[in-house]
Amino acid sequence: MNATRVRSTASAVWPPVLAGALFLGAWQLWVKVYDIQPFVIPSPTSIVQSFFDDFDLVWKASLVTGTNAFIGLVLGAVFGFLIAVLTNRFKIVSEIINPLAVTIAAVPAAVIVGVLNNMYSLDSQIGRRIMVTLAVFFIVFVQVAKGLRQNDATQMELMRSYAATPRQVLGKVRLPNTMPFFFTAIRNAAPVAVIIALVSEYFGGTQDGLGSKISGTLNGSNKALGFAYVLGGSIVGLLFFVGANLLEYYVVPWQRRRPSR
Amino acid sequence: MSDIPAVEAHGLGKVFNADSANRVDALVDIDLTIVPGEFVSLIGPSGCGKSTLLRLFADLIEPTSGSLTVNGKTAHQARLDQDYGMAFQQSGLFEWRSVERNIELPLELKGWDKAKRQQRSAEMLELVKLGDFAKHMPWQLSGGMQQRVAIARSLAAHPQLLLMDEPFGALDEMTREHMQAELLRICATMHTTVVFVTHSIPEAVYLADRVVVMSPRPGRIVDIVDVSLGRERDELTREATTFFEKVTEVREALRGIEMSNQARGIEDR
Amino acid sequence: MADASGAHPRRSRLRRALMFPLAFVLVASLWEFYKAIGPAKGGSILGIRVLPRTDDQSMSHVWDMWSRLWQPEVRGNSTRIISVVAQATFYSLRVSLLAFVLGSALGIGLAVLMARFRIAERALMPHLVISQTVPIIVLAPLIAALMAFASRDLASKTWIAAVILGVFLSFFPVALGTLRGLQATPPAALELMDSLASPWWKTLTKLRFPAAVPYLAPALRLAGAAAVVGVVVAEISLGVRSGVGRLILSYGQEASTDPPKLYAAVFGAAALGLIMASLVVAVDRTLMRNRPQENS
Repeated sequence: MNATRVRSTASAVWPPVLAGALFLGAWQLWVKVYDIQPFVIPSPTSIVQSFFDDFDLVWKASLVTGTNAFIGLVLGAVFGFLIAVLTNRFKIVSEIINPLAVTIAAVPAAVIVGVLNNMYSLDSQIGRRIMVTLAVFFIVFVQVAKGLRQNDATQMELMRSYAATPRQVLGKVRLPNTMPFFFTAIRNAAPVAVIIALVSEYFGGTQDGLGSKISGTLNGSNKALGFAYVLGGSIVGLLFFVGANLLEYYVVPWQRRRPSR
Repeated sequence: MSDIPAVEAHGLGKVFNADSANRVDALVDIDLTIVPGEFVSLIGPSGCGKSTLLRLFADLIEPTSGSLTVNGKTAHQARLDQDYGMAFQQSGLFEWRSVERNIELPLELKGWDKAKRQQRSAEMLELVKLGDFAKHMPWQLSGGMQQRVAIARSLAAHPQLLLMDEPFGALDEMTREHMQAELLRICATMHTTVVFVTHSIPEAVYLADRVVVMSPRPGRIVDIVDVSLGRERDELTREATTFFEKVTEVREALRGIEMSNQARGIEDR
Repeated sequence: MADASGAHPRRSRLRRALMFPLAFVLVASLWEFYKAIGPAKGGSILGIRVLPRTDDQSMSHVWDMWSRLWQPEVRGNSTRIISVVAQATFYSLRVSLLAFVLGSALGIGLAVLMARFRIAERALMPHLVISQTVPIIVLAPLIAALMAFASRDLASKTWIAAVILGVFLSFFPVALGTLRGLQATPPAALELMDSLASPWWKTLTKLRFPAAVPYLAPALRLAGAAAVVGVVVAEISLGVRSGVGRLILSYGQEASTDPPKLYAAVFGAAALGLIMASLVVAVDRTLMRNRPQENS
């Protein structure tokens, strides 16, 4: 039993690892063979080198961006959930929010940050956090609203046969049924939060986050450091993604048995 | 066993969309009295209103004419008092709750305290022979086992009346026959009155004391077959001559509907 | 979910159409309301400085934003802001459309490859997923440098870098959605094609693709939005001359002296997003015109 599990995990793992290794190997080779200067494209090895050499720089920048992303993710998820429940209860709220949602969803994210930064003082991270909150809010809102609209007919009839109050129905049936949607939305929103936090740093404000550092160094000559920052950013994004997946895995275990949405 | 009829319906009727072109006479002039402890099957072709009738008993929909009492009260009051339990074709188990917590659901809603709930839930699990599966999650059980849990849930509050809408419809034949025997055993133990909607003639006959045959357009009762097979039923019953005779009687009642529909030039849906 | 209760579809459409401007009027009123009562230098709730500043420099009056649109961009210059913004928006729209089309083509091609060769799917899929966590957007300067390195001529055409970024962002949802769609073909239909001795490619065009359309359509919506994001952010980080992203950047820098201009640029970007979204929705509707409608 264990042998087969090991074998099946291995067979799932080696193709992407091989593909990744081939890609990196080709990159390394290309840089070496064509003698590409490090200020044009650094080699993978120099990137890794820079990552470890300047780890504290990368770490500090990641902390700034990561905090913004995290706060925005949490706030966006909470608000998205609450407003979706409100929307479900009061139809008028949804009629007002929907046009706004459509518009904001269409606006290239992070553009609004420019306006937000203008409204707050120069050293504040609030603008960026609001931006992430907005982006996450809409992802979560749409999914939770969808989940609340789905009602298992048999379960609803059952609750009616129990003469259950609407509050009981909400608490015991509809909210638990919405949980998978909520956590899927968080899972989708997690990497988005990181990226928006990053991009928000383009529009002025403090320059100590990953986004500003990346664009700053990539525009200069220390490209290896720039890529090291990019690596840092990807790791942050991956951490968020894995974290969201774990959250989903443990909080909504019954979702594992469902066909994926 | 009390003298109050479990269900008493006189001239009961249900019309959907009364004022529009989509008017459907789902049920017309239903007269039916069910005594406590009885097992009654409702059978008929699609559209005969058997599920509608069941839902009228359950106060999930309201009648448009006639009278109905459940356990001597209005159906509405019976529902508020939780005098009946209900089981559907889908088990409707909550996938985020364990088996025992699923059974506790009606008791939670009634405000029972935790100790009492757990005790009753364990009792019911023993009754349906799933005592070892208390902490399991619904998806870990087979379809037949899930339905057993659903039945345990429907009886958790020890209601006097059990309403069932094709609960074994999604199961394969062997499991079905097994579940039928189990159901009879459970209901005998608890002296429950049962109204059981089904599509299957052998199932209707095997389970019931009386089989109510219904026909569509408009939905009405055309015949009530007394199944005098006695209360002690087992696998041998299925092979008894009397069983086949009763099955034939029900089948002919149903065929009579079909032929009269054809004579009237109505197509089967 | 339409019910048979006789609700008038026309009336509800009218109501929905009215809600749109109403929502914006509501937002504008809230804006002005806060501006009237909020603290001029910004304030805090529970010790956190969450309240923005309300002076004219930080939050322009709504009517100032409107009137600024019709005034010249720079004193002495006769072009009005609204035409500058409109031109920039149109430019970025063309770039975004190109990115969208190319990204979708790439995504579909990848999906076909992964559907055909399971090893390709297993090898590439994890990387595709990871690629979405990598802030690809920030690689814009790098792409520009690569292009400059490759040829002197390309160096000036920074918009190409913007297209590449847009493609990077939009191909993934298309690839994912198309792959799911291609793999969701009903097995009975596949068996039918087999029994008709249909080669893999014919099965692809006659069965798998049409069956995958319901999965492709929503993916295209995501791709449209992603293309716009990629292009605009690339424009900002590269300073692409004629794009709306660059406009936001430069007006943002002038925000301390001429705040309403920034809002004008942002409205332009919003318009860009909305136009793209409408186009993609139109494509979606066309693709799905003969399909059973699923309310989402």
